[in-house]
Amino acid sequence: GSITTADGSALVKLGNTTVICGVKAELAAPAVDSANKGYIVPNVELPSLCAERFRSGPPGEEAQAASQFIADVIENSQMIVKEDLCIANGKLAWVLYCDIICLDYDGNLLDASVFALLAALKNVQLPLVTINEETGLSEVNLKQKNPLIIRKHPVATSFAVFDDTLLIVDPTAEEEDLATGTVTIVTDEEGRLCSVHKPGGSPLTGAKLQDCITRAITRHKEVKKLIDKVIKSITPK
Amino acid sequence: DGELCSACPGDTSVLAGLYGPAEAKLSKELPDRAALEVLLRPKVGLPGVLERSREQLLRQTCEAVLLGALHPRTAVSLVLQVLSDAGSLLSCCLNAACMALLDAGLPLAALFCGVTCALQPDGAILLDPTARQEQEARTTLTFAIASSDRRVLMATTKGSCSVEEMQQCLAAAQRAASTIFQFYRDSVRRRYSKS
Repeated sequence: GSITTADGSALVKLGNTTVICGVKAELAAPAVDSANKGYIVPNVELPSLCAERFRSGPPGEEAQAASQFIADVIENSQMIVKEDLCIANGKLAWVLYCDIICLDYDGNLLDASVFALLAALKNVQLPLVTINEETGLSEVNLKQKNPLIIRKHPVATSFAVFDDTLLIVDPTAEEEDLATGTVTIVTDEEGRLCSVHKPGGSPLTGAKLQDCITRAITRHKEVKKLIDKVIKSITPK
Repeated sequence: DGELCSACPGDTSVLAGLYGPAEAKLSKELPDRAALEVLLRPKVGLPGVLERSREQLLRQTCEAVLLGALHPRTAVSLVLQVLSDAGSLLSCCLNAACMALLDAGLPLAALFCGVTCALQPDGAILLDPTARQEQEARTTLTFAIASSDRRVLMATTKGSCSVEEMQQCLAAAQRAASTIFQFYRDSVRRRYSKS
């Protein structure tokens, strides 16, 4: 990956928008009510270096809404099943901290974040952890690493809406500012909808929404091919 | 200013308070239209990332219908307090927001209502599910439907579904919207009739 100290990472550039995602895996005890589930904690950061509209300080509404969106995509698409992250029922589980940081903001943050997350997770190598029966302590075997089991590959496609007449795919920041609304469709490889995210904005007819969904499904195939090609090229033979 | 309590089936209830158009702080004012701010307070605890994300949905939905250009350089604040949550919370907030905007007498291009659809594991569509039904459902979709032509103002999904299922839920939501708009009409009529 791009970050050597992270367990998995990826850098994505969509036009001028640059997003980097780093995944760090740590060990923790699972929650009492879901003893066989690990945790995935996504966090989207929009530091002031990416665009002048973002000030330094606590995360603004856009960053928080983006973090919630990524968490929803992970949950809805079931790309990583939390049960796969459990090592010992009730005692030990993996926590995946996914930090998504925007380095250059030129619109379409959600698409780039989802790609970066998917590519970074595909890159993650987790060491084998066993619990020693006698001492009850965990033993981490750094020499034996396994990749994460990724069940689904969600891809996000964003559209900028202009008064229900015009739809622009993959908008730049300028197009987003002038648009009257945005729609983000997340699809997986089976053509199922993982998320239809239309946060307000000018109203759309059902037919126009269907048009967006069809285009999103087509785009999914192209993006998946690209991600597979890149991952294959960096895998050591 | 307007204040309204919204009750949805199953005892979900949200109190909405709308203040404005009032003078805006220099840092927040927009030169050509009213600046809308939405605050969503959960029943227990401090507002977190989920509330922020819902505030963004509500704010952009309200901005789409509010004729902000008639009140430039002003601020409109909408505060929503969750009184009880028994399922379909987001659509209850949407309904409360719309009724607060109506009650305050702000100029609107259209009304909107929130409808939640839950897809059961057997494929049946349930409208305005209770918390229990939401948990059992494999997908929950929430739509904000505009009154003018039943177009979609806001859409959000939880869980995955096929494209046909989404279209069916949307059609069901559009049909159900008529009932909610009739309820708005009746409430406003009751409020302003001479008794």
